[in-house]
Amino acid sequence: MDPTQAGKRAWLHRRLKFGSVSVPAWIPYAFILPFFVIFCVFMLYPIVDTFIISFENWSASGSQWVGVHNYRLVLTDPAFWTSLLNDAFILLVQVPIMLFLATLLAVALHSKAIRFKWVFRLLVFFPVLVDAVTYTIAFQLIFNTNFGILNYLIHLVGFGTVNWTGNAWAARISIFMVVTWRWTGYNAIILLSGLQSIPEELYESAVVDGAGRVKTFFKLTIPLLRPILLFCAILSTVGTLQLFTEPYILTAGGPGSATETPMLYLYSIGFQNYNFGLASAGTYILTTIIGILSYLQIRASKGGDYHA
Amino acid sequence: MRSPFSMKFLTYAFLIVAVVVSIYPIYWIYVAGTLSDGQIFHYPPSNWFGSHLVSNVKALETSMPVWRDLANSIFVSGITTVSVVFFSSMVGYAFAKYQFWGKSFLFFVVLITIMIPIQTTLIPLFIIISKLHWQNSYQALIVPFLVNGFGVFFMRQQMQSFPEQLLEAARIDGSNEFRTFFRIVVPNVLPSLAALGILTFLQQWSNFIWPLVVINDRNRFTMPLMLQQLDQPGNVIHYGPIFAGAAIGLIPLMIVFVCLQRYFISGMYNGSVKG
Repeated sequence: MDPTQAGKRAWLHRRLKFGSVSVPAWIPYAFILPFFVIFCVFMLYPIVDTFIISFENWSASGSQWVGVHNYRLVLTDPAFWTSLLNDAFILLVQVPIMLFLATLLAVALHSKAIRFKWVFRLLVFFPVLVDAVTYTIAFQLIFNTNFGILNYLIHLVGFGTVNWTGNAWAARISIFMVVTWRWTGYNAIILLSGLQSIPEELYESAVVDGAGRVKTFFKLTIPLLRPILLFCAILSTVGTLQLFTEPYILTAGGPGSATETPMLYLYSIGFQNYNFGLASAGTYILTTIIGILSYLQIRASKGGDYHA
Repeated sequence: MRSPFSMKFLTYAFLIVAVVVSIYPIYWIYVAGTLSDGQIFHYPPSNWFGSHLVSNVKALETSMPVWRDLANSIFVSGITTVSVVFFSSMVGYAFAKYQFWGKSFLFFVVLITIMIPIQTTLIPLFIIISKLHWQNSYQALIVPFLVNGFGVFFMRQQMQSFPEQLLEAARIDGSNEFRTFFRIVVPNVLPSLAALGILTFLQQWSNFIWPLVVINDRNRFTMPLMLQQLDQPGNVIHYGPIFAGAAIGLIPLMIVFVCLQRYFISGMYNGSVKG
C-alpha cells in the first residue's frame, strides 16, 4: 500500500470527539458538500467570472483581454457619475429621514400608553409583503399628474399641480417617497426589537433626573439604538445602490437622467447593449463603493457595542 | 412611565397616519382592480370599489395567461424556498455544531457572498443559462436560486443555541448523525425554518430583474414580470386589468404572511439583530 493511500485510510477513520462518544470526521463534510457544489457553480463561479469578464472585450465567439480599459470607460462616462449622484441624493436625504421616521415609529409602537399594539405593528409591516413591481405600479397612478390622489391632496391644501414624472426634482422625490413607503415599517420593526432590549430602569432614572421626552429620545434612545441604526443604515445603503425596479417602472430613469441609478445604467449596458465587459467593470466599481461605504459606516460608529 | 394625555394623543395620531399611509396603496390596488379605466382616470379620484372586477379579470385573461403565470410564481418561489431551507439548515447545523478543517475559511466565503450584491452574478449566470439553452425555462428561474449565503448564516445563528445534551443523548443511544439531524434537530427548530422560509419566499416572489433578463415567453412569466409587461410605455395600457392582476398576485403573499407572520417578525429580529 502506498503512503498516500494509507493517509487516506487514516483520514477516513479519524473521528470527532463529543464527550464520551465520537463520530467519523467526514460527517460535517457530508452535511456541507451538496450545498457547496451548487454554491460554487451558481454563486462563487459567477462572482469570479464577472471579475474576469470586467477585463475583457467579451463576445460569445471569443473575448480579448483589454486590461483596465472597461474600468476607464465607466469611470469617464458622465452618465455613470450622474447615476451615482442621483443615488447620493437618496443616501444623504432619504435614508436619514426614513431612519428617523422608523425610529419614531418604533418608539410609538413600543409605547406603554398604546393599546392594540400588535394590530399597529402588523399593519405598518404590510408594505414589506408587496413586491416592487406591484407597489410601483400602484404608485404610478397615485403620482398621476391629472388624476392621482397625491395631487388631489396637494390641491386640497391649496397648492398647484405637481408634474411628478416631468419635473426632475419631483421625479426624484417620487422615487424617494416610494422607497420610504416600502422600508420605513421594515426598519421600525428591527428597531423595535432593539428598543425591547433596553432596560426599563434606564428610562426611569432619566425621568428621575428630570429629562424631558424629547431630551430622553435624543440623549438616551438614539445612542442606545446606535448599533441597530448602523445595521439599518448599512442595509439601506446597500439597497439604495442597488435600486432598480422602482425607477425602471416609475420614471425609466427620466426625465432626462434625473432618476437614473447605477443599476439602471448597468442594466442598459449589460442587457440592452450586451456589452458584458463594460457592465462587469461597472458592477465591480459599484461593489467596491458599497464595500467602502459599509466600512466607513462601521468605522464612524466604532465605540458602539455592535457585534456582527 | 405614565404618559400625559397630549403625548398619548400624539402617539395615536402618528400611528394612525402611519397605518393609513402604509395600507392605502394596497387598498388602492384592490379598488382599482374593480374600476373601469374611465373610473380610474377620474377627478377627484375614486376611493371605493366599482363593479368591473369580472370584466377586468376577463380582459386580463385575454391578454396574458394570468393563471399560468400565477402558478409559475407559486411553483418557482415554492421550490426555491424548500431548497434554500433544506440546504441552509444542513450547512448551518454543520457550521454551528462540528469542528472541521477549513470551517472558518468556508464560513468566511459564505459571509462575503452575503455582502456582495446579487447583480455581481447576473452576467455569468446569463451566459451559463444561454449555453445550456435554458432561456424561457423553469430551470433558469429556479436553479440559480437553490442556495444562498444568507440562509446558511441565518441557520447557523439559530443552530448555535441548540442544546448539546440532546445531541449527546442521541449519540449515546447510537443514532447516526443524519438521523439525529432529521429526527431531533429539525423538529426542534421548525420556527426558525418557517422564518427563513417566509423571508425566502417573499424575496423569490419579488425577484424581477432576473426573469426580465432570461424570460420572454409569456407562459413562463412570473407575476411581477407579467404586470410589468402589461405596463410597458408604448403599449395601450389598461389599468383596470393590470390592477386586477396585481390584486390576484398579492393573495398568495398575504396567505403566506397571515399563516407565518409570527415567525416572520421573529425571523427578522434574529436575522438582523443577532446577526
